[in-house]
Formats: sequence, structure tokens, C-alpha cells
Amino acid sequence: MKRSTFLGATVASLALATLGLGAASAAEPLKAAFVYVGPVGDGGWTYAHDLGRKAMEKALGGKVVSTIVENVPESGDAERVIRDLAAKGNKLIFTTSFGYMDSTLKVAKSFPKVEFYHATGFKSAPNVTIYNSRMYEPAYLAGIIAGHMSKSGKLGVVASFPIPEVVRNINAYTMGARTVNPAITTKVVWVSTWYDPTKERQAAEALIGQGVDVLIQNTDSSAPLQAAQDKGVYAFGWDSDMTAYGPKAHLASAIEIWGGYYTKAAEAAVAGKPLKQTVWGGIKEGMNDLVSINPIVPEAARKQVADKRAEIAAGKLVFTGPIKGQDGSMKVAAGKSLTDKEVDSINWYVEGVEGQLPGQK
Amino acid sequence: MTLSVTPLVASAIAAAIPLLIAALGELVTERAGLLNLGLEGMMLMGALAAFVAITHGASLPWALLAGMLAGAAGALVFGFLTITLQASQVATGLSLTILGAGISSFLGRDYVGYRAPATFETLPIPGLADLPVVGPLFDLNVLGYAALLAVVGVWYFLQRSRLGLHLRSVGESPAVARSLGLRVNRIRYGAVLFGGAMAGMAGTYYALAQLKMWQEGLTSGNGWIALALVVFATWRPGRVAIGALLFGGVTALGLWLQTVGVGVSTFALASLPYLATIVVLVSISADQQALRRHAPAALGKPFFDGD
Repeated sequence: MKRSTFLGATVASLALATLGLGAASAAEPLKAAFVYVGPVGDGGWTYAHDLGRKAMEKALGGKVVSTIVENVPESGDAERVIRDLAAKGNKLIFTTSFGYMDSTLKVAKSFPKVEFYHATGFKSAPNVTIYNSRMYEPAYLAGIIAGHMSKSGKLGVVASFPIPEVVRNINAYTMGARTVNPAITTKVVWVSTWYDPTKERQAAEALIGQGVDVLIQNTDSSAPLQAAQDKGVYAFGWDSDMTAYGPKAHLASAIEIWGGYYTKAAEAAVAGKPLKQTVWGGIKEGMNDLVSINPIVPEAARKQVADKRAEIAAGKLVFTGPIKGQDGSMKVAAGKSLTDKEVDSINWYVEGVEGQLPGQK
Repeated sequence: MTLSVTPLVASAIAAAIPLLIAALGELVTERAGLLNLGLEGMMLMGALAAFVAITHGASLPWALLAGMLAGAAGALVFGFLTITLQASQVATGLSLTILGAGISSFLGRDYVGYRAPATFETLPIPGLADLPVVGPLFDLNVLGYAALLAVVGVWYFLQRSRLGLHLRSVGESPAVARSLGLRVNRIRYGAVLFGGAMAGMAGTYYALAQLKMWQEGLTSGNGWIALALVVFATWRPGRVAIGALLFGGVTALGLWLQTVGVGVSTFALASLPYLATIVVLVSISADQQALRRHAPAALGKPFFDGD
């Protein structure tokens, strides 16, 4: 084939393809992609996102097809993966970990027609929308149960990174527990990873070794709960319902519910009016909850949880004063509440949390 | 502030055991002249096989056997490619890691979210297990005790047995060993399979003794640490044991210091294992002579065993 004929043919077929696409776009399913920091099989954070993705696909019945990429590190690799997904024609891209923030923004600049949704971040752009869940609400409720169940008065947290998202969960958990027993304290171990079952388990064991008898985690695997089960103490599930991983130790699970949001985002995109509003939902919006409370939890604790849950669902803010800081100084006066902006940049521990918050003087 | 050190020691030993098992296997493989970078993959395959066996009603010994066979199966692939076909050991080993991670996560999908119905529990030695600080050494499970015995066993095999001498000579100079009438490839296959079985046992430890469940990538890179341990230990079993304890210890130490409220930056604590790696690397490479004296001379080099 001569070069000119070849070129001509290519141009013609390209033009046809474009026309064809235009005509068929109504039937053509929308392509969505999800970037995961861990494996779907983590039984926690990523698993919850994948449940949400499946709910979305089901709700839209063939109007959306989605692909996933698991185990994407929060490094330069993330940008490559996101760019690749955008180049492959995905119109909706959900990047589901805090550390993807800058990579998402960078890629979004090169693909203005693609809508990006970044979970738990704080930087947005015309085509980058942020969504997040107020996990400190179920964490507070978990704290109430912990306050009732702890005999040693020592609670433990297996924590990932000292960022506001995690610090406020530690605070809420401790505040919830101190409504039951004002002398309770919380020990925190930072593991510097979101997903590393071995390390998470070691951290849990280290806490248990120091007398902690109710654990909560802000990491993605179920290893801390399993450690609690083996050592005969209590723990909470996190992100997903983890009952099955340690039925005796499991007191309740603070879960994320992403299905509703993903469905809304996909429906809006299919309708041609993509969602652009930052969403920070909690129990009220049905984006998270405390579920599967163990039958051994006493009635008094259940009632207190149910009452508080109803209050939160009705709009009462968790971080409402009086709240004292670690050193006993008044941080939030009675009757006042932290604004969303303050909650989102919190960098201090409440009274009862032990140790120094990394990075703070 | 109550300082109880015993939990720290217990945690360090628990982390050290699987490193020790995997590293001992790799040590034997490397002493025969083969560098198998596929440890992580073989460990994952072993972990999954043991977990699958136990959930389908196998008893613990059978599950362990399944884990070791799965590790050995991975090693057999490595052996066939590198010994028989003389492919690059580095490339083959890396592929084996990727293959093991991929296969185990694919086949393991249906096993995520279940607890192992039977697990290796600790068998404390009465009297000794309650001692402060060193007590945890006498409070291990069967695999833990086996690992300690294996240190002595591997040392005795390599230094005192005839077959061990043959294996070492194959690792030093396969050509000379061959001219003396040794069956080089047969010995190398044996060493590789032993390494694979040990890696499978280490994986079994993660699945049925430590985490007691199956999760994708549950070995979390420890295969690589075990691999590094062999070099750190300059191919000597006793030093592998010390190195494993050191590496298990630094991670445990970083977490333990936080629970007792020592005001050290958690970022510094998190970097402890890496700092330790650098320190050890620098200190052993300072003595190039020793490194060269102890490294198997034919390590990583393909050998054509035939006429």
C-alpha cells in the first residue's frame, strides 16, 4: 500500500469512528475507574470502596462499566496509573486514598474532560471533586462501647499516619469513652502504613502487652482485631464489617458506606451533569455507621450509643464543647463547636490521649 | 511508667521466626551457588496452600506439608529454568516473586475473610517460659522450635556432613566439583527444593501461626528481608539467627517505645529497620575480604552440567 493511500484510509476510518461514536454514545456505557491503595481482599478500607463500586454498577444496570487497579502505592507510581486510566478513556476516576491527592490534581490538569473524585483529600480543582466520610462519628460511638467494656481503663489505637483524618478519630474515640469513665486513657501506636498486616498485628500486640484491653484501628487490615481475639481482649472493626475475623473480640464495626455516593456520581455523569460539590458525609447522610454490635455489650451501652447516634443523625456535632486538650487546657468552650475547617485541620489530642502527637511541639 | 520488656522480646521473636526459617532455606540454596530472589513468591504460595489445606479439613501437619510442597513447587520451576535451562537467576527469581504474588492473590480470593479453623499455638516449656525477658524463647509454637533446631541442623549439615561439603564445593566451583565426579545439578536441585520448602514453611507460619488468616500479600515484603539477612550473615546459619532477631527486634522496638510513652519521633522509629539495614550493610562491606571469603564463589553463575 502506498503511503498516501494508507494515510487517506486511516483518516477516513478515524472520521467514521468519530461519527460512529457520536451516534452510539447513548448506548455506549460510561467508563469509570477506581484506584485502590490496598487489595480488595483487605477486608477493610479498600473492600468497602469495592462494595460501593459494585453497588454503583448494580444500580446503573449496564450504563457504567468500571475497572479497578489494586495495590497502587501513594508515590510517583500513582500518577502513572491514574494517567494511564484517563488515557484509556475512563470518564470518571475515583482515587481512593489520601496520598493520591497531588497525583490526581496533576493528571486532572492534562485531562480536563475527565471527572476526578479524590477520597479524603483537601485540594480540589474544576474537575477534581473531594469526597470524605466523617469516620469520627462512628469512632465516637465505638468509644462509648469501649468505655463500658474496658476493665483496665486503657484503650489502644493502631494508627496509620498523624494526619487530621486520623487524629480526629483518636480524639472522638477517647471522648466517647470518657463520657462513661472520665479516667480512661488512650495509647496510640503509629505504624506508618495503611496496610501491613504483620506490622499492624505487632502494634496491636505491643499495646495489649501494656495493658490495653479495647483496641480500635485506623489502618486497613483486620490483623489488629485478630490479635485481640487471640489475646482475649476486645477490638472494633474498621471501614468494613469485620465480625467474621474475630467474633469473640469484635465489639462493633465502624463502617464506610460508599455505594450511595458512587451511584449518585455515576448517575450525574451519565446524565451529563457531573457532581462538583465537595461531600463530607457521616451518619446523617448514610455514608458511615456503627454496625454489628456484639451481643455481650450491655444494654446500658447500647442505649447510650443509640441515643447519641440519633443526636448525630439529627445534626449534633461530635466536637462540641466543653473539650479539653491533652494538657487540660480548654480547647473548645461549652456550647461552642469546632467548624468543619477546624475539624479538618485538627492537630492536637484531647485530654486522655497519651503520648506526643508526632510533628507537634 | 511501667516498663515491661518481656512483651517486646516476645514480639521480636515472633517476627524473627519466619525470617529465620526463610533465610535458612535461602542460605542453603545460595551455598550451592544459586541466587533465588523468588523467596517472597514462594512464601506467599506456601502460605496460601497451607491455609487452603486447613480450611478443607486437613490437620496441622498436613497443612504444613502442603505449604512446604507449594514452596518447593515454586522452587522446582526456578530450578528447572536456571539449572536445566541455565536462564538468568536474577530474572527468574524476580519472575517467581511476581508469579507467586499473582497466583496466590488470584487463587486466594475465596479464602479472604475466614479465620483458620486450626492454628499453631504456643507450647510453653514449664518453668522456663515464665522467666522474665528470655521467657518468650521457651514459649514458641512447633514451627518456632523447629526453626531453632534448623539453625543447628543447617550448620551441622554444611560444616560437618559429607553431603554438606559436596554442596559447598558445588557452590564454590561447579566445574571442579563436576570433575571430581559430583552430580552438580542433582545437588543444586536438592538445595533449591530445600530452600523452597523452607520458604513454604515460613509462609505457613504467617498464615497459620501469626496472622491466622489469609490476606493478599500477607508476607508484606519479609521475603526480601530474609534474602538480605543471608548476605548480612555472610552465609553463616548462626549469624542468620542473630540477624533475624535484630530485624524482628527493630520493628518491634519502634512500636514498643511508643506504647511506653518514650518521646521519640515516630518518623524516626519507623525508619529504624532501614537505618539498621544501612548500618549492617556498611559494617559488613567495610570488610570486603571477609565478604569475598564467605560468599560462594559461583553464586548466581549459570553452569552447564553435561558433555
